[in-house]
Amino acid sequence: MKHELKLYCDTQELAGLRTFLNEFLQKTSLSDIDQHQVTLAVEEVCANLIIHSHDCNPKEFIEVNLKQKDDGLVFEITDIGMGFNILEYKEPELAHVIKAKRKGGLGIMLVKKIMDKIEFETSGKENTCRLFKKLNSK
Amino acid sequence: MLKIEKSTEEDHVCLELIGEVDASNSVELDESIQELVNENTKKILVDGTHLEYISSAGLGVFMSYLDEFDEKNIHLVIFGLNQKVHQVFHILGLDQLINIKPTQEEALAVIYEA
Repeated sequence: MKHELKLYCDTQELAGLRTFLNEFLQKTSLSDIDQHQVTLAVEEVCANLIIHSHDCNPKEFIEVNLKQKDDGLVFEITDIGMGFNILEYKEPELAHVIKAKRKGGLGIMLVKKIMDKIEFETSGKENTCRLFKKLNSK
Repeated sequence: MLKIEKSTEEDHVCLELIGEVDASNSVELDESIQELVNENTKKILVDGTHLEYISSAGLGVFMSYLDEFDEKNIHLVIFGLNQKVHQVFHILGLDQLINIKPTQEEALAVIYEA
């Protein structure tokens, strides 16, 4: 079964993304808390792209692909555009977030804390961010 | 979907957050808090009993007021968060910066002893 979502670049679409992720994650062995966090991490990457790379233009879209492998889950987020390399992004200090009264900056911190591995690659104008979450082997 | 219900009791105002806070609606949370700050409210309770989800957009709203609350002697306490949502505050250590209590009674005790 294919787990693919075409996500239009409108923040109103994020609720639909969560439903899509929840349906997939419910069938995995992740705990409820982990499912919630993984949903959050994938949403943070998508929200970032929607807002910063696509200026919330609802005519543009990004693609979200979910795969279950033996040892874990792979979340692939692909878009065409200027690209946002999450690995090169230097997240701000919490103290700085407070001082600058900036309401952003926390999302990428969450992604890095929640996911086990993050990859980013660019091929032409196509950018792919791959997030990995291990499944506990017991 | 997010619904914010505001109620005033004694000296404090309670904001009940119902639903989900994400990048599409965090501005509503921001406006509700800004309104209380503008009205010179000093004691704010946030009832998170029916908050099902919060993303960084919502966390950022709370964070952005921390300095102003300090300067203006405003006390904000969040209570009733379910475990999943509480965990999101915990991942980044925000539960050390924002006052979060399990129950309304404990939250009230904090704002009225202050």
